[in-house]
Amino acid sequence: MSMYDMKKLAALVKELEDQLVVCMRCGMCQAVCPVFAETGREADVARGKLALLDGLIQEMFKDPKGVNERMMRCLLCGSCAANCPSGVKVLDIFLKARAILVGYMGLHPAKRIVFRGMLSHPRLFDSLVKSASRLQGIFVKPADDFLGTSCGRFSFPLADRHLKTFAPLSFHSSVNRFNTNGASGLKVGFFVGCMIDKIYPNIGHAVLNALEHNGVGVLVPDEQGCCGIPALSSGDLKTFHKLVRYNLERFSPGGFDCLVTACASCTSTIKLLWPMFAGELSDAEKSRMQELAEKTIDISQFLVERTGLVTAASAHEGEKALLSYHDPCHLKKSLGIAAQPRRILRANSRYIFKEMSEADRCCGCGGSFNLQYYGISASIGKRKRDSIVKSGCSTVATSCPACMLQISDMLSQAGKRIEVKHAIEIYADSLE
Amino acid sequence: MATLDERENYMDGNKLVNKFCELLGKENVFRDEADRLAYSYDAAVLDASLPSIVVRPTRSEALGQAVRLCNENALPVTIRGSGTNLSGGTIPSPGGVVILTTALNQILEINEEDLYAVVQPGVITAKFAAAVESKGLFYPPDPGSQAVSTLGGNVAENAGGLRGLRYGVTRDYVMGLEFFDVNGELVKSGARTVKCVTGYNLGGLLVGSEGTLGVFDKIILKLIPMPAARKAMMAVFSEVSKASETVSAIIANRIVPVTLEFMDNFTIRAVEDFAHVGLPVEAAALLLIEVDGHPAQVEEDAARVEELCRQMGAMRVHVAQDAQERDKVWEARRAALSALSRIKPTTVLEDATVPRSKIPEMIRSIDEISRKFQLTVGTFGHAGDGNLHPTILTDRRDKEEWTRVEQAIDAIFDRALALGGTLSGEHGIGIAKSKYLEKETSRATILYSRRIKAALDPKNILNPGKIIGG
Repeated sequence: MSMYDMKKLAALVKELEDQLVVCMRCGMCQAVCPVFAETGREADVARGKLALLDGLIQEMFKDPKGVNERMMRCLLCGSCAANCPSGVKVLDIFLKARAILVGYMGLHPAKRIVFRGMLSHPRLFDSLVKSASRLQGIFVKPADDFLGTSCGRFSFPLADRHLKTFAPLSFHSSVNRFNTNGASGLKVGFFVGCMIDKIYPNIGHAVLNALEHNGVGVLVPDEQGCCGIPALSSGDLKTFHKLVRYNLERFSPGGFDCLVTACASCTSTIKLLWPMFAGELSDAEKSRMQELAEKTIDISQFLVERTGLVTAASAHEGEKALLSYHDPCHLKKSLGIAAQPRRILRANSRYIFKEMSEADRCCGCGGSFNLQYYGISASIGKRKRDSIVKSGCSTVATSCPACMLQISDMLSQAGKRIEVKHAIEIYADSLE
Repeated sequence: MATLDERENYMDGNKLVNKFCELLGKENVFRDEADRLAYSYDAAVLDASLPSIVVRPTRSEALGQAVRLCNENALPVTIRGSGTNLSGGTIPSPGGVVILTTALNQILEINEEDLYAVVQPGVITAKFAAAVESKGLFYPPDPGSQAVSTLGGNVAENAGGLRGLRYGVTRDYVMGLEFFDVNGELVKSGARTVKCVTGYNLGGLLVGSEGTLGVFDKIILKLIPMPAARKAMMAVFSEVSKASETVSAIIANRIVPVTLEFMDNFTIRAVEDFAHVGLPVEAAALLLIEVDGHPAQVEEDAARVEELCRQMGAMRVHVAQDAQERDKVWEARRAALSALSRIKPTTVLEDATVPRSKIPEMIRSIDEISRKFQLTVGTFGHAGDGNLHPTILTDRRDKEEWTRVEQAIDAIFDRALALGGTLSGEHGIGIAKSKYLEKETSRATILYSRRIKAALDPKNILNPGKIIGG
């Protein structure tokens, strides 16, 4: 006998039924799903997963574990939803399903420690990372100086990867109470995000530079928290709501015209997922959150659409380097932003821009998917790596630090010396 | 038929699973209930049916041996590619075996001198078409699911597509087949030559047999040169009858366009709401037409088609001036099913087909039927070859409405047959339409087919219940 009451679970999943019936089982998602391309298993593609959820409603299973495992085997890249003929809201459904399953089966103990113990306490999280950044040299050694990656000194989980380590000085510790006004009269709030703060502080500085050059005032509230996507994608609504509330206190939407981010995942989370999973927030919190969500905008979209996008006074003469761009799923497929980052890249005359093949194919990172299914994640990443290498570029840009991490790992392991940059870094460089 | 699960209790079920594992490798044998559920359905609106085991051969010998193993143990077996079937042909028998062809996905040869290709059954149609095109050649069959469908599935279903009018269907491109019989023995038919009268035309029997007579190992496909030019246009009509009469007029004038697609007002509005491609929402019907061939001939044909459309009473004819405009015409057509399917939860896509001269009558009948049974029906499709897709929009959970849907489907079939048409132009009979087969053919036809089936598959293991019931 199963320890689970499958009838009870069926009743919970039934909440998704109206969204599930939209899938007509045409199977077109098989053409675009990066995980399915590697495994070829129907339970790994959206149609299969939607059928499994339907199976839970029909009480077809003795045990929810198999379905739960399949639900986690997804990058949440949204390729299926972006190509779905009948418009199934796949990401909505999957995030809700993960929350239902976790609510029912309980959060994995390791995730409980990370999310509830660390992530939901931003100050504690900061100090833990600070200690870790001092100690990380014990565990890792440089793998590739050019890419700035490291790998394990001895065998431990994750030791085979070429990781970017924590930055010695986080972004927030170098910009205290940052608050400027610009000549344009425009003012933005800057939502930094964990990865830019702790691993890629240079991206944060590039954002400030770019905004300053365009005469935009910036407010960077201190002690910012995580946007909540790691918790939400693991089904931990409790931590997610705690983080949304925490950030709502830090950012007063009245204080700026736009809330700018340089992380595709943070942008799509605040803009799309905060409102969708507002759940238990009070009405006052909801309206504040709604206002914030509406003001949230990717840095390249902001520069292209709201400013004159200043360019360097004199064009670069002499040798030019080849530059390519990878579309983060959460920017292109979730928000339809693809032209704007390319616009800001072309503003740098030191480069010649060249598209890679399948520029919008997922890099395979998928946040915690990378931790749980590194094998699949890496084989998807290798396909991206091959596209990058084939383009012949010496620098590859993107708009999401999570993609940067994955791409650096893939390039470093293959010994390919191709620089990985955020689009805003390329643009900011051109202004100096 | 006992399921594999039941067999485990009193027979050698585990032994059988072990044999599959030895044969195919453990990683290609799926037993977990979540995996099995994911192979219990296809794209047809029918009840799912759970297999006992799903296996994925990666070598062609292993495919034959897997079939043999099923036969020795009298296990029903359903061959599955990408599971896009619209008539339930890939829904397994309860407790049966699903054999996936998706790991047998090599294009073995593209011969540019003799204009043929040899493929394994799991090759994706669109990938094959692209590989062929990169060599300046053309494989015309383009079923709606081509981005994911497999060539094995296309051959087993004799799939059609938008280009059927000028270029025919999958059958017209199968030059030869190598397939396994139930004992896992390899049977060969056809050749790499244009002419071949060696032996029975077994390929002719196997094409469209929906996995009931043999299991494809290799397929030899005919290729043709890529047409040098093409031109698309859109004709707008204020009356459905004028549009459908135009279809007949074009054919009667000895012009055979590549595609000649029809869209009714309901579909036009749905597409415009969804895709905002600038369709005339006031139009009663649209014809989307493309001609191809030698540049001079294309110009001439396009001009004559345009003139005919106007003579037959088209309000407007818009001829695409460049590739971008052409894409826009076809974007509207490609969006049709998506746009319709978003209106209600369940989309029943029918494909009853009539001789093309009967298109005006068929369209009138569909309209009458949808009013009689008070259903929402959008009609679009391949008017040029008489293959319309009346698409019923419903919610299967609404039992009362679903009964009316079933009655409407019966009525559509009756009407198509009365007009000298056929139950299915390209989706297959599967289990969805097997009960109607006798209406179109005869009792003797079914018995004859069953005798063939019994002789070739005495234990009735190959996709039992499909096409001829039983």
